[in-house]
Amino acid sequence: MGVFGRTSPSARNPMTAPLIDPARTDLAAEYRARPFGRHSPELQAMLDTMRRAENCQNLILVGIGGNRWMLGERLPDGEPPRLFAGEIFTSLEDGEWAAFKRRWRALAGSELVLP
Amino acid sequence: MGGVQAALARPRRQRARAAVTTLPQTPAVIGYADALTARPGDIVTLRISVLDGSRPYRAGLVRLISGETGPKGPGLKEEAIATNIDGEHDGETQYTDVGSYAIVDDLPALSGVVELALLARPGVANGTVQTLMALGPLRLVLDETGAAALVVGDATISTERPLRLNWWHRIAATYDPASGAAHVSSAPLPGPHADREAAASRHAPSGVVPTGPLLFAAEHIAPGRTIRHFTGKLEAPHLRCAGLAARWDFATDIGTARIADRSPHALHGRTVNAPKRAVTGAAWDGTVHDWRQNPAHYAAIHFHADDLYDAAWRESLRLKLPADLRSGFYAVRLEAGDGPPFHVGFVVSPPMTGSGARLAVLASTMTYLAYANYRRRMSPGPFELAMGALPTVDMIDVLLAQHPELGGSTYDVHPDGSGISHASARRPLFNMRPTGRFWNFSMDLCLIDWLDAQGIAYDVVSDHDLHEKGAALLAPYRAVMTGSHPEYFTLEMLQALEAHLGTGGRLMYMGGNGLYWRVTCDPAHPGLIELRRAEDGTRAWAEVPGEYYHATGEYGGLWRRLGRPPNILVGIGFIAQGFDNSSYYRRTAASRDERAAFLFDGVDGEIIGDFGAWGDGAAGLEIDAYDAKLGSPPHALVVASSENHSNAFLLVNEEMMSNFRGVDGTTNPRVHADIVFFETAQGGAVFATGSICFIASLAHDGYDNSVSRLTRNAVLRFIDETPFTLP
Repeated sequence: MGVFGRTSPSARNPMTAPLIDPARTDLAAEYRARPFGRHSPELQAMLDTMRRAENCQNLILVGIGGNRWMLGERLPDGEPPRLFAGEIFTSLEDGEWAAFKRRWRALAGSELVLP
Repeated sequence: MGGVQAALARPRRQRARAAVTTLPQTPAVIGYADALTARPGDIVTLRISVLDGSRPYRAGLVRLISGETGPKGPGLKEEAIATNIDGEHDGETQYTDVGSYAIVDDLPALSGVVELALLARPGVANGTVQTLMALGPLRLVLDETGAAALVVGDATISTERPLRLNWWHRIAATYDPASGAAHVSSAPLPGPHADREAAASRHAPSGVVPTGPLLFAAEHIAPGRTIRHFTGKLEAPHLRCAGLAARWDFATDIGTARIADRSPHALHGRTVNAPKRAVTGAAWDGTVHDWRQNPAHYAAIHFHADDLYDAAWRESLRLKLPADLRSGFYAVRLEAGDGPPFHVGFVVSPPMTGSGARLAVLASTMTYLAYANYRRRMSPGPFELAMGALPTVDMIDVLLAQHPELGGSTYDVHPDGSGISHASARRPLFNMRPTGRFWNFSMDLCLIDWLDAQGIAYDVVSDHDLHEKGAALLAPYRAVMTGSHPEYFTLEMLQALEAHLGTGGRLMYMGGNGLYWRVTCDPAHPGLIELRRAEDGTRAWAEVPGEYYHATGEYGGLWRRLGRPPNILVGIGFIAQGFDNSSYYRRTAASRDERAAFLFDGVDGEIIGDFGAWGDGAAGLEIDAYDAKLGSPPHALVVASSENHSNAFLLVNEEMMSNFRGVDGTTNPRVHADIVFFETAQGGAVFATGSICFIASLAHDGYDNSVSRLTRNAVLRFIDETPFTLP
């Protein structure tokens, strides 16, 4: 038995373990309706989890002209972003929503389907 | 092949190529001008590089009226100006010699046993050779493992013990050309957990002749071309051989580009690409923090492989500005092939005789420079925890990432993690353009678009003009209007604005987070500013202990910490920031004061600015508030305050003595912007908006809106000669 009940160094610290409850599609719906602006405390907590360094997937939106945005990934060592050519959006809100769904999939373990 | 495709052709970017099918293009041509500010009739020298081989490019001068505002603003507006550079030109690819070093150009012939020695504090070990001292084929280096080594021709003698990073070491080597005997050693300077010494001796090829020039922190391969740059600090280099014993002292000549040889030989040298001086050396023990008090503790130079002061490209075009050109924001628009344009932005000041306008727009060229070539938004990390939204860039930023040789911004860090404290105008500047991120230069065009729409005469002057000419620059004007984010100020600029107000001038502070950091201009490096992010503040990196004083001798940091909070001059100071959306202002009871009646003439309702091209509101991004404790005048009227900011808006950390909860826009009432008005004793007045995106609301609804009317009322009264009266 380790300190505070941890049995292995690889065990996740419950204070930092990302947890997205797949049942909380109500929070996803709140975000979809208003990605920018005031959020409920529960949605903000979910976003804070998604946006941690280990969970954020280093996503970025790259403007490609004509008010169009392409989702991409920030790379280390000053490399240019890796662009996801198939993911083009005509608003920042739609780009943010695509990022949200990617993170949901990774952290909740299932595709996000809004009721 | 241009743009991203060209970059992806390099081996390091195979991963990106495999992941992408079709990609938008990046510009195929870039360039820079010799100055950020010019006057009508001036010649502007342009240095231009076609990025993928010699082929034609097109050039033309445009007056910039409005930037890329997005769908809720007026959008990009440029006006072509006929000049001598119009049309197509033959292009060439220009080389940039990035990386700082020091060089002694003129060295006598060297003979006999050669001894090299110096103190070194390596900052990185990246698997490449880093040169400490170079004399042609004889070089003292850190090898690929980070161990001290002597290179003699094709032979390398290594101590095979990597130096500990960020620890001072004495490194020495000797070479006898007659016998080939070579010796190299490294010895950590004493400390509680110093590493062991290491040495190696061997017979290298004989007859290798060390030759000048002598370089520190790089090797010379051709005129203007250097390689194998060292990142870290060097101090007290020595060179001895028959009849010669030179020793360079980096503690002298701080604030210059000179390095002095203390020996009778006077083999003085110079630095290239502005390595950082006034930095702590091996002797520094924390007893002094001002390099002028004990220069011996500051006998080091901090070199970086990514330092760039002067790209030194060949001259490409000489633009003759028309003698009757109106003052404003301009750019040379460059295009090649089918790629998007690259704008080389600059400011055209009024003629020396003046234009007769009573309003001056102060273009924040110091701030534009501080942000130039900002790369960090493209780096991994929890960006959104601070910003509240995904980072956004465009293909011109992507192009910047493909060209690390063009240097970073003062928001980036060097390879050793130290903050980039210099920003130079002598290189392509990727943010002096009307496109891309709606910020600084492009945001400030909202003022130009609005003033043109209002028919209000104005001149544009720059921070650099103000720094150089002081209050005399503002003498022709009744009112001065800042841009959206005049964050970086020299002391001379502050003094000039104070003098302007002290003689009855009027000041319209049209932004947020202004007058915040001190920057200094280095007389030895025209076009270069220095920034030391000392003590605290909302900052991209922290200056290291002992290096809070600039090379000019000025103490760095926030003007708030230096006894000149912005609140004293403009009535408000930085309080919070958030980057997801914006909010609105609500009129206060103080706005009913008859002193403020002129401001609200025709302004209906209680709410101001619940619209705008950035985030649907006039109060956002970085915002400022009234604070009497920081010097906001007691008679200032807070005529409107913003409210209802989002969770993304966080109280700035300089407002916190220790961390506490409840610092966001939903929980902390201090997270708001104030619009203030106050009179000065000499008949002048100040109007301040306290939000970066305030001016992005000016054009809403055909320029007929509450933000526009409030601003118009202020401008028209401020350019009126009638003195204001203190209450």
